[in-house]
Amino acid sequence: MKASAFAYARATSVANALELLAVHGEKARVLSGGQSLIPAMNLRLVAPEVIVDIGGLAELRGIVIEGETLVIGALTRHADLLKSSDIVKCAPLLAAAVAHIAHPAIRNRGTIGGSLAQADPASELPACMLTLGASIVVRGPGGERRIAAEEFFRGIYETQLAPQDLLVAVELPVADSGSAHFFQEFARRHGDYAITGLAAQAVLEGDRFAALRLGYFAVGDRPVLAEAAGKLTGVTVTPALLAEASDALSDELDPHEDQQATPAMRRHLARILLTRCMASLLKRPDLQIGGVA
Amino acid sequence: MSSIRTNPERLSVLDRPNSYIGKTVPRPNLDRLLQGRGSYVSDLELPRMAHVVFLRSPHAHAKIVNIDVAPAKQMSGVIAVVTGEELAAVITPWVGVLSHLKGLKSAPQSAIAVGRVCWQGEAVAAIVATSRAAAEDAAEHVAVQYEELEAATDMRTALDPATPIIHASLGDNLAFERIHEAGAVDQAFAESDAVVEADFVFGRHTGVTLEPRSVVASWNAAEARLTIHQGTQAPHMVQNIAALHLGLRDSQVRVVCKDVGGSFGIKVHIYADEMATYALAKMLRRPVKFVADRVESFNTDIHARDHRCKGKIGIKRDGTITAFEIDDLTGIGPYSMYPRTSAIEANQVVNLVGGPYSNKNYRARARVVFQNKNVMCQYRAVGHPIACSVTEGLVDLAALEIGMDPVEIRRRNLIADDAYPCTSPSGLRFEQLSHHASLTKIVEMMDYQALRSEQARLRKDGIFRGIGIASFIEVTNPSAAFYGVGGARISSQDGVAVRLDAQGSVICLTSITEQGQGSESLTAQIVGSVLGVSMDRVRVVLGDTDMTPYGGGTWASRGAGIGGEAALQATKVLRQNILDVAAAILQASPAELDIVNNVVVSASDGTPRIDLNELARIVYFRPDTLPPGIQPELMATRHFVPREYPFAFTNGVQAAWVEVDTDTGFVKLLRHWVVEDCGTIINPQLVDEQIRGGVVQGLGAALFEKCIYDDRGQLTNANMADYLVPMSGEMPDIDVGHVVSPTRESELGAKGAGEAGTAGAAAAVTNAVNDALTPFETIITEIPLTPQVILTALKKI
Ligand SMILES: Cc1cc2nc3c(=O)[nH]c(=O)nc-3n(C[C@H](O)[C@H](O)[C@H](O)COP(=O)(O)OP(=O)(O)OC[C@H]3O[C@@H](n4cnc5c(N)ncnc54)[C@H](O)[C@@H]3O)c2cc1C
Repeated sequence: MKASAFAYARATSVANALELLAVHGEKARVLSGGQSLIPAMNLRLVAPEVIVDIGGLAELRGIVIEGETLVIGALTRHADLLKSSDIVKCAPLLAAAVAHIAHPAIRNRGTIGGSLAQADPASELPACMLTLGASIVVRGPGGERRIAAEEFFRGIYETQLAPQDLLVAVELPVADSGSAHFFQEFARRHGDYAITGLAAQAVLEGDRFAALRLGYFAVGDRPVLAEAAGKLTGVTVTPALLAEASDALSDELDPHEDQQATPAMRRHLARILLTRCMASLLKRPDLQIGGVA
Repeated sequence: MSSIRTNPERLSVLDRPNSYIGKTVPRPNLDRLLQGRGSYVSDLELPRMAHVVFLRSPHAHAKIVNIDVAPAKQMSGVIAVVTGEELAAVITPWVGVLSHLKGLKSAPQSAIAVGRVCWQGEAVAAIVATSRAAAEDAAEHVAVQYEELEAATDMRTALDPATPIIHASLGDNLAFERIHEAGAVDQAFAESDAVVEADFVFGRHTGVTLEPRSVVASWNAAEARLTIHQGTQAPHMVQNIAALHLGLRDSQVRVVCKDVGGSFGIKVHIYADEMATYALAKMLRRPVKFVADRVESFNTDIHARDHRCKGKIGIKRDGTITAFEIDDLTGIGPYSMYPRTSAIEANQVVNLVGGPYSNKNYRARARVVFQNKNVMCQYRAVGHPIACSVTEGLVDLAALEIGMDPVEIRRRNLIADDAYPCTSPSGLRFEQLSHHASLTKIVEMMDYQALRSEQARLRKDGIFRGIGIASFIEVTNPSAAFYGVGGARISSQDGVAVRLDAQGSVICLTSITEQGQGSESLTAQIVGSVLGVSMDRVRVVLGDTDMTPYGGGTWASRGAGIGGEAALQATKVLRQNILDVAAAILQASPAELDIVNNVVVSASDGTPRIDLNELARIVYFRPDTLPPGIQPELMATRHFVPREYPFAFTNGVQAAWVEVDTDTGFVKLLRHWVVEDCGTIINPQLVDEQIRGGVVQGLGAALFEKCIYDDRGQLTNANMADYLVPMSGEMPDIDVGHVVSPTRESELGAKGAGEAGTAGAAAAVTNAVNDALTPFETIITEIPLTPQVILTALKKI
């Protein structure tokens, strides 16, 4: 299929992009990597009248460390994240996650800003933002504001972004040297959107978690920071405790049904991920063998 | 080699010096395709060419109350908006039946729906415009008023009295039924030590060609001729059908088919939208292009395999299989496809179940029902994956029941390699198969015993791996028995014309077609070898009904075996003609001469005598210097069709080694092996890659591919994100081995190799998954084996 006719504007600056968005409002769409927007237009699922292409705005692209904060420009491509040594050092979870996004051709074009604005609940990066406690930096008619990742995602393809807003960057705290991460997802084929996935980050003190954040994706209409993590923090994790936490996880998740999985299957896979995550982060294979799930 | 030829004449043709037969040589068309210089219909642009887009029904079953085309006609770039009624004045409807499939019935189908739509995706109007985009814009402004009718979607209830009858004139939804009985089935079951039953379920899937179906039809009013550029497997069939329904003679239709981006059986049928495109070109007197987009490909390219088959096997303690019984049910959509019909797959299932085994007792029933879903028809390895999965699944269940190793039970029951010729209980005649040699070879290749030990060791660590074996037979080189005897004008013979040009190169026109399987290469290899010229001097022309001899094309694994033999025979004649002329020029006898490396040489010592270039110069430009009475014929044509056996059966065996994650239900394919016997191998790499490609499609069926319909007949995953084709990341290494039993029906001895991979792959994987899951005492007989299916079977969810 062919997209319906649209007007095209290549923004010359962030200010120019914001002007264009202010003028055209809901009739306009920002174009970043185009890996979600263009297929949707070709299928005529969306038919924007104006495309505001921000692809040339170098100021929106790049990764910088500012003290204890890692700033990633909205136009930074998935492939950039994958090969950045700063990411490996300061947010290794992201490097692990990005390898699961689609295929090289798509990673060469798709951007972090596009992925977060798209807010597909099965996407890796939104969940990572929750896990890592990111702030989403947004510029709109009223100036710049920061939105906590936990507040940013509002539902399937829904965020706090208004039609006139531009997502310009994300800010992440630089990971502690003592922190550990775990990333795993279940997808039918390499590069497919996940059926269920977990992006976890922890700080360990001896054999216990001083901090533990479990960002699940593809288990509901938006990424979920599991509260069950609380049960596993500050205590020695035993199989019984893990079972209890898994039950709590099952209760708090409200997964959807689709062609890949029923809600029951998603809950089941979420528990498996929790078990595997604990075994991996705590280096306790015993937790997995004859596991709770 | 399991069989050695003794006929010295045969040896001389295939084993001549510098022969290309049996050698991996690069395909002559590679440079063209890799440099992007292929000629695909989807790229074709003609002067004044218009584009057609079909507005398609969103309903599975509905009455068309009204179509308002007026607003769309006003839109810019729109040339015409045509409804089914209007087009019916140009092209007649058709009924997809064949007389040898007794009782098969179907209803007349129109190029564009008239009055009623019978599946979601059926075309209701054609919008012709100056560009595809303009036509799509206009399509949004064609207002169709539907009155939804109840849809019959579930094949299991299609014959229930409560289910609406899709075509009232047919009386019921039963398209075809076949019942077959051989031997003494009841007695055999009664005398068995155990009888095992299972219900097998196969997901509906489709071919997903890289290049979608594409047509450019162009009517030349001055010549009263239609030229159809189409990516098809069977140009002469398209010519005949187009002419028939447009009221033309065959000679008024030319079909041109150059490069095709994949077919797999998808492009061997006549589709309503393609017929509509021919008719529109004639109606509008200008070229019209139709290229299916991906969504309409999923909704309209034929689907296949949607079967539910109950199976039963009788077994003795010593491992002897006593009987097979099946009851197969399949839903084919609202029409039997034209002209090959949609009864063939079920018919094949009846033919093929139990085929590799020496058992004589067999009962089968197959029922083919109509439903309000997209049409189903022949796709790579028609019926074989179903027959093979049922047969091999039952054999493994029987082995499990009596505690016998799966390899051993096959050894005890496969038809002995020296028992040929013989006939199966379903009446198939086998010339020479090699089941035991193949099994022995695969057991060796995979190191079966070592895998069994590894499996046992890993099980202790909670790692569940399984081995699956599947023996199979495969229909290739079909004679007229497939379609011709049923009244279809689909040729089973093929022809090849070879001509020496004025510089000693060869032009070869063949009626087989190329969609990537290597038809061009194998033809050039045969011609070059038999004639004694290098392959770079052989140019192969295919796919043009104005130029090539008449023939069937490429489908049913027939190109090499039938078209290859025609090439061999034509080239033998040309060679003899050349030697006759050379003898006259050289004042020698033809028997003293040979052609090697583009030069006529002395047969005895290879001394060069006259270059083909020089010979051609004399023939074409100085015939006055030839001895009187000599009229050289440097062009020769031969045709071939197998006559003795209706089909050349091939055989083989596949093995899968898989790991099942019993926590998640995910299956990892670790390794796959195939041993097959396609007779003479012309190009080992082409054969191996045909096998591998076929296996990958079979693995897609086993784990991934399924057209998911809801109960209202809506296809819910008509896109590449939700319909999962197998991708390289998930594919295992596939090792291919061969046993060679040439067919004696032809001098070439080649049988087909294009479908064997697809035939047995899913069966091997399903058996392997069940083998891995033996500790859990669960048997799964449904594909695709999705994580959801496996977790459910394991009662984890
Ligand atoms: C075959 C395939 C497989 C894929 N698999 C995965 C996968 O496994 N996991 C995954 O996460 N993703 C996957 N994707 C999506 C891919 O990651 C996209 O890159 C991403 O979702 C969107 O990024 P983009 O830069 O391409 O955004 P675009 O497509 O350009 O835009 C997406 C949406 O975001 C809006 N937008 C973009 N940038 C901004 C901005 N700066 N401010 C405000 N709004 C903005 C656009 O207007 C649009 O609505 C896949 C895509 C394809 C084609």
